[in-house]
Amino acid sequence: MKILTLKKVLFLSAVLGMVLGLVILLSITMGSVKVKFYSSMMILLRSILGMEGDGTETERAIILSLRVPRVLLAGLVGAGLSVSGATFQALLRNPLADPYILGVSSGAAVGTIVAIWAGLGILSFGLPLASFLGALLTILIVFYFGRQNGKIHPNTLLLAGVITSSFLSALIMFFISISQKEELHTIIFWLMGDFSFSDYRAVRIIFPYLLFGVFFLYLLARQLNLILSGEEYALQSGVNVERLRLLSYLCASLITAASVSVCGLIGFVGLIVPHSVRLIFGPDHRLLLPASALVGASFLIASDTIARTLLAPTELPVGVITAAFGGPFFIYLLKTRKVVKTL
Amino acid sequence: MIDVRSVSFRYRKDWVLQDLSFEVKRGEFIGVIGPNGSGKTTLLKILYRLLSPQQGEVLYSREPLKKMSRTEIAKKIAVVTQEAYSLFPFRVIEIVLMGRSPYLGHQLFESERDLTIAKKAMEWTEILPIAERSIDELSGGERKRVFIAKALAQEPEVILLDEPTTNLDIHHQIEFLDLILGLNREKGLTILMATHDINMASEFCDRLILLRQGRIYKMGLPAKVITKETMEQVYGCDLWVDQHPFSGMPRVNLLKKGIREDGTLERDRKGEG
Repeated sequence: MKILTLKKVLFLSAVLGMVLGLVILLSITMGSVKVKFYSSMMILLRSILGMEGDGTETERAIILSLRVPRVLLAGLVGAGLSVSGATFQALLRNPLADPYILGVSSGAAVGTIVAIWAGLGILSFGLPLASFLGALLTILIVFYFGRQNGKIHPNTLLLAGVITSSFLSALIMFFISISQKEELHTIIFWLMGDFSFSDYRAVRIIFPYLLFGVFFLYLLARQLNLILSGEEYALQSGVNVERLRLLSYLCASLITAASVSVCGLIGFVGLIVPHSVRLIFGPDHRLLLPASALVGASFLIASDTIARTLLAPTELPVGVITAAFGGPFFIYLLKTRKVVKTL
Repeated sequence: MIDVRSVSFRYRKDWVLQDLSFEVKRGEFIGVIGPNGSGKTTLLKILYRLLSPQQGEVLYSREPLKKMSRTEIAKKIAVVTQEAYSLFPFRVIEIVLMGRSPYLGHQLFESERDLTIAKKAMEWTEILPIAERSIDELSGGERKRVFIAKALAQEPEVILLDEPTTNLDIHHQIEFLDLILGLNREKGLTILMATHDINMASEFCDRLILLRQGRIYKMGLPAKVITKETMEQVYGCDLWVDQHPFSGMPRVNLLKKGIREDGTLERDRKGEG
């Protein structure tokens, strides 16, 4: 009888990990400035080994200070958003849930706007920090309003999230309309997702949140399976539902908040990656979460590479690419594979 | 084994259950009957602490239920309610293995032993041949068996059933109840079943608890609980109670409007008066 074992999860993760590795290498060699494949590899290899650089000064700068951090950031964000999306879909029992459904992104945007208004934008760490705080504050507000008699109800929480999000969006539009500051107009771009400001600092900022968030969610993976059939069912099966909800909402929200703070809102990843992985590997979170993380990372790195090379030297917002490729691919999966009945 | 002591419960202002006291002995097959809104489902929910009563307490083997942890409760009490629908469909074997959840603790994957227990449960419920199928491809009767197998994999002492036979045709109803009776008689499992089907409860249960407006109206052997007088008072409609020709258990017959004018019944009514 075929059942899911640790061995199977490790094997499939290794396969998907190799695909991710390949995507990373290819993305590093591609870009608006041509660097030959061989010399990009040599630059990368030598820098990893701590040896004297290969290639020209410019080539080294392009590869090591621009492309590598950008690829790493896109990979981390892609993995995080996919895991967070899968978790929200399970917790809210809603196949249309995505990482931003509880209004985290709008909160982050408001945080950024406030920071720009206060002139914090000049400081290098100011904006990500402000947007992260904005996102955290929004989570707290949504949870406060989403509680009834001290308990979190999925539907109430969902409503609280949607309402808070709409309210904050109105606030954002208001600020953008009355503002004379140029910077605020870039907010609109940022809202569509943007990796062009990637550097190692951003990678360092979000790495711990993503690592801890994904790690803790994985510890809860088996219980997330049970909650897919409803909270009563999970409770009957011996799950401490209150604790599960609190921990997993918190982890998923932190992951989203961290992602939004460095690269804005990137739609579709958190929705289509978990669904696609489910259609291929099934709904078991013990495989779904790691597989989504790896596929999500590959998907967002590939999308970002297309975004910066398609109309080079002009860059497209990566959200445009994820939507343009993700949407039709998802429809294709829905139509050809076993249908997700609940959609 | 289950000791319910003057339990009262309310969701908001009005009491849904009032001062309920009864005891269930190990190995009993208890039926909980009563009209809509009489508190059957609420009572079951209190017995596995989905809800906690505002007054009174429930003891499980002399231990207060409220002091037991979720996993402790799940190791002793398995629950099969109306269809548990997963947002994304799992395979049969995956669902049955979910019954092992309370035993796994922080372990993420089931062991060989868990698989053996799950297989035994599927053997008992005769669903081994469909183990690899997805739950959404199965018929209503097969699905019920899957969730019973999941409950068995929990290795419980008690199984709580809430309206287990709704949506099943009579063939599958009988098949299902024979399965439950087998678990009760051969495995010694204690069964508590809430149901609308009085005749089924009469036929299969050792004892019945009849609820009316959140109170126990009558409790005891089917022959004692299911009488014409009691049934008419509790359900508020004209009924006819006779005996099952083979088992001798009481049987409730429905009377449509005007059927009283019919010969035999009319005569019997006169006889009563």
